[in-house]
Amino acid sequence: MNQNSSWRRPLAAVLLVPLLTLAACSSSGGREVPAGDDAGTAGQTATTEAMKIGFVTHAVPGDTFWDIVRAGAEEAAAKDNVELVYASDPEGGRQARLVQQYIDQDVDGIAVTMAKPEAMKDVIAAAGAAGIPVVSLNAGEEKALEYGAFTHFGQDEAVAGEAAGTALEEAGVTHPICVIQEQGHVGLEARCAGIKSVLPDTENLYVQGTDMTQVAATATAELQSNSDADAIVGLGGPFTMTLLDAAKDTGADVQVASFDLNEELAGAIADGDVLFTIDQQPWLQGYMAVDSLWQNHRGGFELGGGVATLTGPSVIDSSNVEAVQQFAAEGVR
Amino acid sequence: MSAAPKTASPEVPRVVDERVAKRSVIGQLMSRPEVGALVGAVAVFVFFSIVAPTFSQPTSIATVLYGASTIGIMVVGVSLLMIGGEFDLSTGVAVVSSALMASLFSWYFVTNVWVGVVVALILSLAIGCINGLILIRTKLPSFIVTLAMFLMLTGLNLALTRLIGGSVSSPSISEMDGFGAAKAVFASTIPVFGVPIRITVVYWILLVIIATHLLMRTRVGNWIFAVGGDQHAARAVGVPVVGTKIGLFMGVGFCAWLLGMHNLFAFNTVQSGEGVGNEFLYIIGAVIGGCLLTGGYGSAIGGAIGALIFGMASAGIVYAQWNPDWFKFFLGLMLLLATIVNMVVKKRAERSK
Repeated sequence: MNQNSSWRRPLAAVLLVPLLTLAACSSSGGREVPAGDDAGTAGQTATTEAMKIGFVTHAVPGDTFWDIVRAGAEEAAAKDNVELVYASDPEGGRQARLVQQYIDQDVDGIAVTMAKPEAMKDVIAAAGAAGIPVVSLNAGEEKALEYGAFTHFGQDEAVAGEAAGTALEEAGVTHPICVIQEQGHVGLEARCAGIKSVLPDTENLYVQGTDMTQVAATATAELQSNSDADAIVGLGGPFTMTLLDAAKDTGADVQVASFDLNEELAGAIADGDVLFTIDQQPWLQGYMAVDSLWQNHRGGFELGGGVATLTGPSVIDSSNVEAVQQFAAEGVR
Repeated sequence: MSAAPKTASPEVPRVVDERVAKRSVIGQLMSRPEVGALVGAVAVFVFFSIVAPTFSQPTSIATVLYGASTIGIMVVGVSLLMIGGEFDLSTGVAVVSSALMASLFSWYFVTNVWVGVVVALILSLAIGCINGLILIRTKLPSFIVTLAMFLMLTGLNLALTRLIGGSVSSPSISEMDGFGAAKAVFASTIPVFGVPIRITVVYWILLVIIATHLLMRTRVGNWIFAVGGDQHAARAVGVPVVGTKIGLFMGVGFCAWLLGMHNLFAFNTVQSGEGVGNEFLYIIGAVIGGCLLTGGYGSAIGGAIGALIFGMASAGIVYAQWNPDWFKFFLGLMLLLATIVNMVVKKRAERSK
């Protein structure tokens, strides 16, 4: 018994210390304990008959951008007495099958992203044949109305790219690097092409967005080897933060700009580390898609007048970042 | 692995040997590789029919079958390959390579799309042949060889599409000669009793029948089991190991071509970055269906049931309106359960011999 106690005490300590630390509260950070109702669901709910809307995106699971789109959609659904069913698949054929499944379930409206418009063509026609109204959002506006959506909520990526190019030009940039995190993504290519239309010396750099360490390594190598570059542009909040770190580490004399928005990026713009970001207001895309389908159900309305309804570009820089920071923290911007 | 290949010719033995003794019907049934998967498939179907009322209506079943067929067509080739003791990681992107080849070739050379379809078939068979040749020549494991092929094809898909078509997706070919006919062959919908059945389902069933016949009733089927069971023993008794393995890889190539053509003519353009990751779905389908990673054991029907389980699970989660975040978790759980059931059933079958 006694000869065993030599190891028992340390063992007891090893087991007890974590338990004790669990009982101690952290004075900063961590989860915010909710107090009362969540924002957005505290308002009044429509008294119209319940309807069901299928919401199908090309999101890769676990993408923060799409959480914001979905949050907007959920809020509109809560307000409009809508049951929202959500599914996503990045592969065109499988995304089309998800839409087909909602048609099988006989939903009252379908909101769909059209990043791969050709893959969606037949299934949107099938929705039309079944008498289900369709709106598209985020991507594919050039084909959405032709294939049968009554409107599209999003930003024209080429226009957004030009807006970024103009803003970079005003900041005195001549030779930006545009970092594309997904090879084969039409929208991202259009953004960089838009920048290039304003600043002809723009260079594209391809990184693998699914692997942040690879993004950092590739950007660092590029900044070390490309002395002509005077700016680096990320096409999404998390990527820009990684590029910002890479730029700081290499000590390269480059300005940083971005597309889209998240809380950290808003902070970086407020701190002056990032010049600006081009926000397409994803929350609005989700919210308006659901709301316009509700309006269609409510009174046969078709918002948009037969063309796309633009949710961006809206430029966020040091002059207006204060106003959006709080909402970025809430996951709304 | 010592699964003795079943001989096709039913010769009546003069001396009754315990190895050819008659076994009970139940015992025979329980020793089939696909029995575990069949139990699983029925369970998954019943489960989703209960939790999702729309799951069992005819149009939904048509959608589920379509989803299953887009995996199942590849699973047929992959199952045979795995019975032959190899596996292929390049299958997911090979499907997209084939579709890109057909569309880029006919677009660039302004030919009838059928020329592109034939060129794509040659390319797909060549990819399979190259995989097999490298494997035989280098004696490297198929894991390494096909992983290299997967990476090379992924890069080629992206690079060549931009080089030739100037974009990240292949140019539209819907206006070209022969497109309508090709769409009818590869991507049409056939009404069966008023339910729209996609033509891929028909091809899938046909492929399963052909593969089953090949495995059970022909000499080639014996060769496949033999090279998967013990390559050296097979070679010693005169089985053409090299030809069999290369043939199996080319069979996978054929399936990739068929599915690639469907993708092309159903959607008319192809995204060059797609297909990555699908190779695992095909392997999962084959494994759920009772194929062993070590080779020499499995069946084409089992692979088809595996694909069906996968199709039911992925669609069922949507029909049941669960949060799709859980999909991968259930998939992993299902794979584990299915393979455990297969192992238990197989052990019992061997004991009951």
